[in-house]
Amino acid sequence: MQFPDLKYEYLEHTADAKFKAYGKTMEEAFENAAVAMFNVMINTSKVDCKHTEEIKLTAPDIDDLLVDWLSELLFLFEVDFIAFGEFKVESITQVDSEYTISAHASGEEIDLEKHEIDTEVKAVTYNNLKAEEIPEGFMVQVTVDT
Amino acid sequence: MEDAGNIKESLKRIDDNIWEIPIGSKPGMNVPGRIYLSDKLIHDLEPEALDQVANVAMLPGIQKYSMAMPDAHLGYGFPIGGVAAFDEEEGVISPGGVGFDINCGVRLIRSNLTVEDVRPVMKELTDKLFQAVPAGVGSKSRIRASESELDDIFLHGSRWAVENGYGVEADLEHCEGGGCIKGGDTRHISAKARKRGRPQAGTLGSGNHFLEAQYIDKIYDQEVADNFGLEEGQVTFMIHCGSRGTGHQICTDHLRTISQAAKKYKIALPDKQLACAPAQSDEAQNYFRSMICAANYAWNNRQIITHWTREIISEVFRSDIDELGLDLVYDVAHNVAKLEEHNVDGKKKNVYVHRKGATRAFPPGHKDVPQAYRDVGQPVLIPGSMGTASFVLHGAEASMDISFGSACHGAGRVMSRAHAKKEFYGEDIKSELEKSGIIVRAAHPSMIAEEAPSVYKSSSDVVNVVHDLGIARKVARMMPLGVVKG
Repeated sequence: MQFPDLKYEYLEHTADAKFKAYGKTMEEAFENAAVAMFNVMINTSKVDCKHTEEIKLTAPDIDDLLVDWLSELLFLFEVDFIAFGEFKVESITQVDSEYTISAHASGEEIDLEKHEIDTEVKAVTYNNLKAEEIPEGFMVQVTVDT
Repeated sequence: MEDAGNIKESLKRIDDNIWEIPIGSKPGMNVPGRIYLSDKLIHDLEPEALDQVANVAMLPGIQKYSMAMPDAHLGYGFPIGGVAAFDEEEGVISPGGVGFDINCGVRLIRSNLTVEDVRPVMKELTDKLFQAVPAGVGSKSRIRASESELDDIFLHGSRWAVENGYGVEADLEHCEGGGCIKGGDTRHISAKARKRGRPQAGTLGSGNHFLEAQYIDKIYDQEVADNFGLEEGQVTFMIHCGSRGTGHQICTDHLRTISQAAKKYKIALPDKQLACAPAQSDEAQNYFRSMICAANYAWNNRQIITHWTREIISEVFRSDIDELGLDLVYDVAHNVAKLEEHNVDGKKKNVYVHRKGATRAFPPGHKDVPQAYRDVGQPVLIPGSMGTASFVLHGAEASMDISFGSACHGAGRVMSRAHAKKEFYGEDIKSELEKSGIIVRAAHPSMIAEEAPSVYKSSSDVVNVVHDLGIARKVARMMPLGVVKG
């Protein structure tokens, strides 16, 4: 791993898409995980970030928070028809057994041609899910059902 | 998953097509694993998929074996092709044993058309089907279900479609469970799941889902084929899709609750995606009743698509639906959990059978097989991958003895989607298929590369194992003519 240059990498999985995302902070690892997931579905570099969604979620542990974060983005993608290109996680905080994420996701209405629609991600799984501190910073690992 | 290396060595051969993972191959297994594979297919199986079979064997109250069908491959918790039954009282219910695409399934429509009738108009027919049936990422239906209509769909499945003019009464008879599981409860379905469900009733979706025109090129069992209304040279239509966003959301929401419940009930989980709760707990029952709603949504979805498919065929051939004989042969679910009666150690008992990429295959005489097919067993529909053969089988006796009334559900992937896209270009595959007489229309060209024929095992190898085991026996083989993909 060429950390910290490497933001995320895809791992081999027969039926689904699996990736690791890295960051100097957990916030940054969460941001990169969102980019990794959206690059399975679209080409995020083609997205103009005209519109910003504020996202605030709470969960009983960091794994659940990661699943909730990515699931929320999938929900907005499908229901509001927004392709996201940029993610900013302001903070991930823990108070007792409650984790909270405050974040922004920016994008625009999905354009099937422009955004080079690719594999549809159905959902975020708990399979081999990881959100942990590593010597170089933080790493999250996610498998999404495609 | 990292510790999966050695499990292949513990595999014991029981019979030609039966392999066992003995108890103790991984600590905590309650029952052995049973994998139904030929010599040829065993080489394609990833060790990680065996590991997943062993993990499922650790869940409380599992009966007989943790099973994998011949199309088994690596999943995200349960293996794809996994079958597991849990005691009604002592066992568990696990959303991961059903998957996100609740009641993903397949249906087959027959016709009085022959391959000679259809081949000359195949381009027009495929184009028109592609226009009529919304497919691809974010596709929305022409139907906007109101909140109360959505409730009806959740509780009554295909009946909603039939009562609203999208089909006929016979469609319900020729469908697993009559196109509805009773006992659904909408109170534990989130606002998000409802929001995703309203605009998608009557959409194909993406991924491996398809609508295909096919023709029967081979009959293996004339008597059963006659019973199903099938003959050589006949054109059939196959629809493969599921419960769309609403099913994904229901699974996502309940996985969260169930994973908290697993902690509460102190169930040790080898993988968090295997989260489960005691079958009779509120958490498990709330999931189960919501899952039923998603399953019903999926049957209704396939029924609406059936109606639009019939309309287009009728338009292209300038003939009415009855004259064209566009009858539903059958519809099967391949991602679902059901409470069924099975014989375990000589005793009849109710078990929650989880089928994650496996098709029900009830034999002749079973009370849940529609009257019209009861003498021969239920039709078992096995879709091929794009450009390859699909099969109709009929449920047979051994299914009740060795697989909780289940068979395979498809060909089974051998190559990842990402790898496939590096290997193939969608346009190349499309023109190759066109050269061999198969028209493909896809919402996204990259989808064609991901679903290229060679990313799957051969469907005939998989079907032969099921046939030889006597779980289900071959009736007919269909070859593709035109495919609409997401």
